[in-house]
Amino acid sequence: MEQLIPWIPALPLAGFLIMALFSGALSNKLVSWIATGTVSVSALFTVIGGIDFLNHAEPGSSITVHLFKWIDTGEFNADFAFRIDTLTLVFCFVITFVGALIHLYSIEFMKGDEGFKRFFIYLNLFVASMLILVLADNLLLLYMGWEGVGLCSYLLIGFWYKDPANGYAARKAFIVTRIGDTFMIVGLFLLFVSFNTLNIDSAMQQASAKWGTGSGLATVAALLLLGGAVGKSAQIPMQTWLPDAMAGPSPVSALIHAATMVTAGVYLIARMHVLFSLAPAVQTLVAVIGAVTLLVAGFSAFSQHDLKRVLAYSTISQIGYMFLALGVGAWSAAIFHFMVHAFFKALLFLAAGAVILLLHEEHDMYKMGGLRKRLPVIFWTFLAGGASLAALPLITAGFYSKDQILWLAWASDKGSPWLWLAGIVGAFITALYTFRMIFLTFYGDVKTEPKHAPGALMTIPLVILAILSLVAGFIEFPENLLPVHLFSSLTEKSLPVLTAESTTPEWVFQLISAVTAMTGLLLAWRLFNRPSQFDRVYQHSAPGRFFYSGWGFDRLYHGLIVQPVVWLSEVDVKDFVDRIYTFIAAIPLAVNTWLSPSQNGRVRWYVMGLSAGLAVLLIIMILL
Amino acid sequence: MISIPLEIQLMFAGMLFLIGLTGLLVRRNVIFMLMSIEIMLNSAGLAFVMAGTHWMKTDGQAMFIFILTVSAAEVSVGLALILQAFHHYKTLDADAMSKLKDKKTIQL
Repeated sequence: MEQLIPWIPALPLAGFLIMALFSGALSNKLVSWIATGTVSVSALFTVIGGIDFLNHAEPGSSITVHLFKWIDTGEFNADFAFRIDTLTLVFCFVITFVGALIHLYSIEFMKGDEGFKRFFIYLNLFVASMLILVLADNLLLLYMGWEGVGLCSYLLIGFWYKDPANGYAARKAFIVTRIGDTFMIVGLFLLFVSFNTLNIDSAMQQASAKWGTGSGLATVAALLLLGGAVGKSAQIPMQTWLPDAMAGPSPVSALIHAATMVTAGVYLIARMHVLFSLAPAVQTLVAVIGAVTLLVAGFSAFSQHDLKRVLAYSTISQIGYMFLALGVGAWSAAIFHFMVHAFFKALLFLAAGAVILLLHEEHDMYKMGGLRKRLPVIFWTFLAGGASLAALPLITAGFYSKDQILWLAWASDKGSPWLWLAGIVGAFITALYTFRMIFLTFYGDVKTEPKHAPGALMTIPLVILAILSLVAGFIEFPENLLPVHLFSSLTEKSLPVLTAESTTPEWVFQLISAVTAMTGLLLAWRLFNRPSQFDRVYQHSAPGRFFYSGWGFDRLYHGLIVQPVVWLSEVDVKDFVDRIYTFIAAIPLAVNTWLSPSQNGRVRWYVMGLSAGLAVLLIIMILL
Repeated sequence: MISIPLEIQLMFAGMLFLIGLTGLLVRRNVIFMLMSIEIMLNSAGLAFVMAGTHWMKTDGQAMFIFILTVSAAEVSVGLALILQAFHHYKTLDADAMSKLKDKKTIQL
């Protein structure tokens, strides 16, 4: 076990280094083999190591692997060490497994692209950074991975850099998440000043020993870390970067949205759950942010025309569910939804990418249609992912994960009917926009003919993910259906257990959410199966346009932040401080202009200067 | 044996040095400039030898041998350069050989 752990992040990292250093000497085929191979072997190691860990570890235990001392000064120590517990294992598994499938898919998707090698270099670094993030045993190493995924998302969103709009989207993602990162690093400073260590375990132990529940410092620290999580996970109010992040290639979207970057915030909160338990007000805030986000993003998703933007808003919304679960203390449910979401969202993005690729870069759903007969494999897999996203009852994994969150949002001691209500409205809108997407894309008349059917490399990941989107829920049944709780018995080894307290039986809520999802499906069928009056009116109505623009957040930030900064910099373009430096720079330049004629190329002139200087020196020496 | 005071001896060396320097400054012919440098080197060597004699040490003589070696090397390199320059410019005028100077320097 101990020997395998360091290899999990080291393999993709080694792949990255080899490809980056020798990219000129390697053929495209070799690059795709190295990239996919390293991540696949990592996934294999995660599974083997995970099984070994579960067989030998006691409940609640963890393994720490020290690689080397990283920073060792008197005051401050940080090791390069990895820590394994069941929470980390789940994340590692999803990152490497889904990552490997996305790599496999990308080989065909990126074929013929001039940046083929560059793409896989970035992709491997992305996976390696995310693995470092989740495996880190101290917060500094975690922060390194945290910034690594930020960098890679910037590189990959702006991958097709020749279009300035893509560069803009990349910068937007980078800057907005950087605001969150600033909160996070301040939070880390606060934790370090308080406990003199950044080791997660010992910091958490000291926090529960020194800080009382609801104490000021605990609240501030939790708030700062929440700021970081909100930025990375694209929650309100820092969600605006994510829809624009669609500028990158589709496999990148799948990787960012399903397995890596946006789930970093969820991981951070789950990892630091002790701290959040010490600050109940902040934990409530987490739930409220989640609830608000899932509604805001859900309504926005319902109004989009671009297939990938629907999925982008849907991701924001689903991460909102995870935050809601974290906020009510349903740690295990949040991680379960993370895993299931990774499967179906990766699937949806990959399938959407295939559709867009085969329809000659057509993004607009209203120009698609009728693809059910033309691309049957993509249709059936997309349908499986969509059903899971919409949480169709009993047969999909999404039902089991989302239902658990909704139930606990009501029944947990931190839950409330309002949170549940937001969740159930969100579930309805989710079903509605999911099937709107499916009906618009795959039903009705054929508007654009696809080039050809997708090849095997693209089909295999889709089929695997489609199967997982349906059956992954069967490892964790609700209390009242079947006594199978494989997932929660796994995660509850490292996360606190939540017991539901409610007088209303659970099946009532299951019935409500099942009916809600089915109503959404039927309404979508009614409204979007064929062009309808409602659709035309809605698109041009005020709320339709408002939701289409993502509730006007971009415009708000543009007016509130961007324009004042631009105005200030334009006013300040010739300020006083600049003049001082211009003056200092002007002096040597003037001297240079004055002296440069002396360099005239005449040897005797130089000798003259030399002798004169010597004479002056001699005179000075004699006089002094 | 008449002993000349050291001051006189050094003044002689100094005068020789100045003659060499003046030759270097006023001559435009590169070969004459090279010979002037030789005179300056010799004046320095002479100063070493005279000082060595004065203090009854052989160091000054040893130093002169070094100076001889250096000046021999310098003359061989210098003559070779002059030959090349003459081939190129068809003149021995030092002022004519100013091709290595800068173009106009940077502006503000």
